[in-house]
Amino acid sequence: MKPTTFREISGDSTGYWALLGLLGLIIAAGLGAAWYMEHNGHWVTGMNNQIVWGMPHVFAVFLIVAASGALNVASMASVFGRTAFKPLSRLSGLLAIALLAGGLMVLVLDLGRPDRLIMAMMNLNFMSIFAWNIILYNGFFVIVAVYLWTLMERRGNRFTKSAGLFAFLWRLILTLGTGSIFGFLVARQAYDAAIMAPLFIALSLSFGLAIFMLVLFASYRGCGRPLGDDMIIRMQRLLGLFVVAALLFVIAYHLTNLYAAEHRDVERFILDGNNVYSGLFWVGYVLLGSLIPMAIAWFAPFRASLGWASTAAVLVVTGGMAMIYVIIIGGQAYPLQLFPGKEVSSSFFDGVVSPYTPSLAETLLGIGGVGVALAIVVVGIRLLKFLPLSLEDAKVDPHYKADKV
Amino acid sequence: MSNKKAMSGNQIDRYRRRFLAQSAAIAGAATLGGGLVLTRVAHARPADQAVNSDKRWGLLIDAGKCANDCDECVKACEMEHGWGRGSSDEQHSSPEQKAQWIRKVTVRDRTTGHETSLPMMCQHCAYPPCVDVCPTGASMKRDDGIVQVDKHRCIGCRYCMMACPYKARSFIHEDLHAQKTESPRGKGTVESCNLCVNRVDRGENPACADACPEKAILFGDLKDANSEIARRLASEPSTEIRGDLRLDLGVRYQGI
Repeated sequence: MKPTTFREISGDSTGYWALLGLLGLIIAAGLGAAWYMEHNGHWVTGMNNQIVWGMPHVFAVFLIVAASGALNVASMASVFGRTAFKPLSRLSGLLAIALLAGGLMVLVLDLGRPDRLIMAMMNLNFMSIFAWNIILYNGFFVIVAVYLWTLMERRGNRFTKSAGLFAFLWRLILTLGTGSIFGFLVARQAYDAAIMAPLFIALSLSFGLAIFMLVLFASYRGCGRPLGDDMIIRMQRLLGLFVVAALLFVIAYHLTNLYAAEHRDVERFILDGNNVYSGLFWVGYVLLGSLIPMAIAWFAPFRASLGWASTAAVLVVTGGMAMIYVIIIGGQAYPLQLFPGKEVSSSFFDGVVSPYTPSLAETLLGIGGVGVALAIVVVGIRLLKFLPLSLEDAKVDPHYKADKV
Repeated sequence: MSNKKAMSGNQIDRYRRRFLAQSAAIAGAATLGGGLVLTRVAHARPADQAVNSDKRWGLLIDAGKCANDCDECVKACEMEHGWGRGSSDEQHSSPEQKAQWIRKVTVRDRTTGHETSLPMMCQHCAYPPCVDVCPTGASMKRDDGIVQVDKHRCIGCRYCMMACPYKARSFIHEDLHAQKTESPRGKGTVESCNLCVNRVDRGENPACADACPEKAILFGDLKDANSEIARRLASEPSTEIRGDLRLDLGVRYQGI
């Protein structure tokens, strides 16, 4: 098998510039929304003292979790020895950096005082999982950049394996850290569970791969580069596997909570609440985000179809957003248990389910983060050699036989 | 001889009387003095002296005395720190967005229907989750147990609000203009009850404790075995809200 040839995309078509223009507009809208929120204060958002984290956090957490998952495609080759994924390693690293940058932008611009961030980074409280995450996120940029260098620079090739392993370990710890943001919250009925950390790792695998597939398919379709059926099938199946893994963790989380009498009320609220969270969980996450992608992954009629694979990926992303919304907003909407077993009321909305309607501004800020992530990829693949010229099956799989599919 | 006997008897009586009088005086002084010591107000810490852990400030709240329709403690806090009715700010914020440092909570027993009313504020935990989770150390606990926010270091991430089991913290959603000199607040930062640290450092009680018409809020040093709060906590039953979390609260309740 010949070594893979990587080439920048030409990027001189109208479509490319139109896409870049559109992403520019989305980013501008996101930045404008952030300025509007910072200038006026958060009263212009749907967030309040009951739902303190809102739509920006849903986008930010989704993007950050997906970032670590996107790197998993590279890890498939560098850590698990699946050579067919090796040509995808560069795009995997680029997408991981891009998604993390987009997520962090949203998170930072939603802060009450983003202007103090540098000062904050110099006065870290190491008891805080947030502080640990600041180190993990910054470290991720550096480590993945080094990993990309070892992939793209001949002198660095001999370090690829160790850099890939280190990046893989780092991304595992990073997602543990992100899940622990919620796992460490003893006060809230919906959180306060060690399983949140591995649950987030499992979710990251499917979110990251789904976005990776969409970016890869769109790039190859857009550039007219060949993409083999085997590669599509491989990704479809892997996505199905990751979706099952995440679903198992979600089931374990809810079953454990259902078993504990103290958590039954919050479980009833999330699973059977006749509210938006129950709908998003069952229809959004379970049906659209899990069961249908699983069917697409394994049933023959959907096999090797770019359209179906893309549909599965879009559904996983949609279901994933729904799941993160349920975790973040639903977990806060359910009232704090000040006096377990008793009814509580106050002028500060104790004992009642807090309503939340995301404002346009905070939603635009979140979408702006997606725009940043995609723009980094779109510019990146034009400037540097991230994409293989061909992903035809014979070129990526040493054991490929034409009659296999 | 009989005269001598009579004289020595009188002398003995005199000595006995003097002894009794002196003993009574000493006992009286000890009792009164002790009483004065026991009931003394908290000593103000000199301004040039750092806070230390010799003291741990706390509150004992008797919910049995707390009337349903009374919110004098809330009003006093609003006036002291310039929020709610004590401020003309926060006009844009919705009721869900407005700050509340202290609130009256009604607790109803589902089985018996019995209702209890009590003030709820920062519980000044010995192991505060808000301090643990704060990435910048803005959320901090003084050595004397007072938990508060350094608003110059707060970046407004609201993680402390997610972590607080008592919903004691508020985020400021808009620009503020009418602030109290002793209680600075600011848009984009988080704030909460600071046990009137400004008053405590002057040797005064928190505003809520002074304002309660039923004297249901007792302030004092939990570490001073002779303080009224410590004596009452040692001799009377009291409760920590969400004691199961084992945060070792500085605010204790009775009558719930």
